[in-house]
Amino acid sequence: MANLDIVKPENLVYQRTKVLTDATMHYCPGCGHGTTHRCVAEVIEELGIQDKTVGVAPVGCSVLAYNYFDVDFQEAAHGRAPALATAVKRLNPELNVFTYQGDGDLAAIGTAETIHAANRGENITMIFVNNGIYGMTGGQMAPTTLVGMRSATTPYGRNVERNGYPLRITELLATLPGTYYVTRQSVHTPAAVRKAKAAIKKAFEFQQQKKGLCFVEIVSNCNSGWKMTPVQANKWMEENMFPNYPIGDIKVDGKIAEGIDVNRLVLDHALEVVNK
Amino acid sequence: MAKELKLMKGNEAIARAMIASGCDGYFGYPITPQSEVMETLMAEKPWETTGMVVLQAESEVASINMVYGGAATGKKVATSSSSPGISLMQEGMTYLAGAEIPCVVVNVMRGGPGLGTIQPSQSDYFQSTKGGGHGDYQLYTLAPASVQEMYDFVFDAWDIAFKYRNPVLILSDGAIGQCMEKLYTRDDMPRWTEEERRKNAPWGTWGKPADRNHNIVTSLELDSAKQEIFNHKLQAKYAEMKEKEVRYEMLNCEDADYIMVAYGSSSRIAMKAMQMAREKGIKVGLFRLITLFPFPTKQLAEVAAKVKGILCVEMSAGQMIEDVKLATECKVPVEHFGRFGGIIPTPGEVLKALEEKIVK
Repeated sequence: MANLDIVKPENLVYQRTKVLTDATMHYCPGCGHGTTHRCVAEVIEELGIQDKTVGVAPVGCSVLAYNYFDVDFQEAAHGRAPALATAVKRLNPELNVFTYQGDGDLAAIGTAETIHAANRGENITMIFVNNGIYGMTGGQMAPTTLVGMRSATTPYGRNVERNGYPLRITELLATLPGTYYVTRQSVHTPAAVRKAKAAIKKAFEFQQQKKGLCFVEIVSNCNSGWKMTPVQANKWMEENMFPNYPIGDIKVDGKIAEGIDVNRLVLDHALEVVNK
Repeated sequence: MAKELKLMKGNEAIARAMIASGCDGYFGYPITPQSEVMETLMAEKPWETTGMVVLQAESEVASINMVYGGAATGKKVATSSSSPGISLMQEGMTYLAGAEIPCVVVNVMRGGPGLGTIQPSQSDYFQSTKGGGHGDYQLYTLAPASVQEMYDFVFDAWDIAFKYRNPVLILSDGAIGQCMEKLYTRDDMPRWTEEERRKNAPWGTWGKPADRNHNIVTSLELDSAKQEIFNHKLQAKYAEMKEKEVRYEMLNCEDADYIMVAYGSSSRIAMKAMQMAREKGIKVGLFRLITLFPFPTKQLAEVAAKVKGILCVEMSAGQMIEDVKLATECKVPVEHFGRFGGIIPTPGEVLKALEEKIVK
């Protein structure tokens, strides 16, 4: 029997943020969504804005995000979260408004809403989880699926002639004057989680300062969809996703970050494959 | 604007009624023949007076989803468009109905199908009253027949929308939208205060205080058993609308041998045809639909029992006639007369159709 005497407030080193509910998350073990949720929720708690925050959930794996965040939430139609968030913020400028979307939702069916919300400089925070696949519907090709990457609808690998190029929508958004802070992070190691959380915090703080649209991409894994163990998936992500979706700030203080060439919207490896 | 007699277009009346009725936000996209709605709002700059937000969206898809987002915070939000744009909004409409979000949508109809024509038509009856989007849902649908009603129905629409937590559709057409008529404006109603918003929309996502659970606005329920219960709840709501919120107008129906059934622009033309018929000694009445859903089934059936024939007048190939036949259970002859593709019939054509198809 464990010694329960040590369970005392003074010994507390970690507890779940109260901005997350008690609901059991439905995400696959090893998936990055749970960690990303926790980062966002902790930021909301730290900023003390639980009562002044409205989230907008997507269609995709995180469709039920509204059950996990203990803040008011709206569930959007597929891809439309930035349109909802636009109106929430414009009609309620005192609220902190964020969208939480996956790659299919944000960069395929919702591309128009994403680009125009960014181009209008809507004062919202967008969290974009990119795992290169449609997880919930069973692992089909996403706009961000890498060239050669297998999915349920590209069983022999993504082919540029047939399927076109992977979309680096985050770099594309950084070119728009309406975005203020654009960054790409990951949550697969404790160090990465700390950086991702710091980035998310900035993205909420800049919203409070009315700086414009702040966009945080989280490159994540999909061990179920990729058909790997969580450990294998994280390794594969480092080796294949990161070279094509490089981690780090892309736009800071309304300016393209040093060393970033946003004109290279097509992934280097996609061009290599085509030029072969 | 205080109570005054004005001359204005139907589309302008919609815009002015939105401001005067305390609307919090309008999101739209230009399309003929209703662009004057947003143009009027932009010229009026209500954000400087009432605080109403007006935004031109990137598409009708975005507009209706902005309506969803804004209205889901418990505010009074509206959009307007014309037939092709309303088709694009159907996804949003079913989500709004499924999430039980009150809002006002105006359709200034033009001829279809497809890009069709920019001239007036009434060929969106099915889309408006039989679903439009997927799933079992209904929109409370008001059909104005004058510029005055374009104005007044915006006020009425808010009441119904919030009473039933349901989207309300104002189904107009290019003729009413574009024509200029006199109308009496009303005294401005102020926008809701924060307290009123919270009282009128306790379900709204306006920021969770510590003393209540988080509000979630969604149309998703993965448990089919619960979703069926929810569908029953929606159906009960629609049944209550059928019981309590039916609107119609009867003209000269008391002594009529025949009646015409029409709504919107067609009812104005039918009214003139009725006068012409009466002058010729034909006892014709007009049953004008004001709500298309709920349809005045009982009321029409009562009138139909006393007449020898019914002519449906609609600027379509024959859509409303299906509900007229259902209401009258085909106990009397029911015929359709319509011009479509953007053509407006003359009263003479309607009278001729009445004599040839019904009076005989």
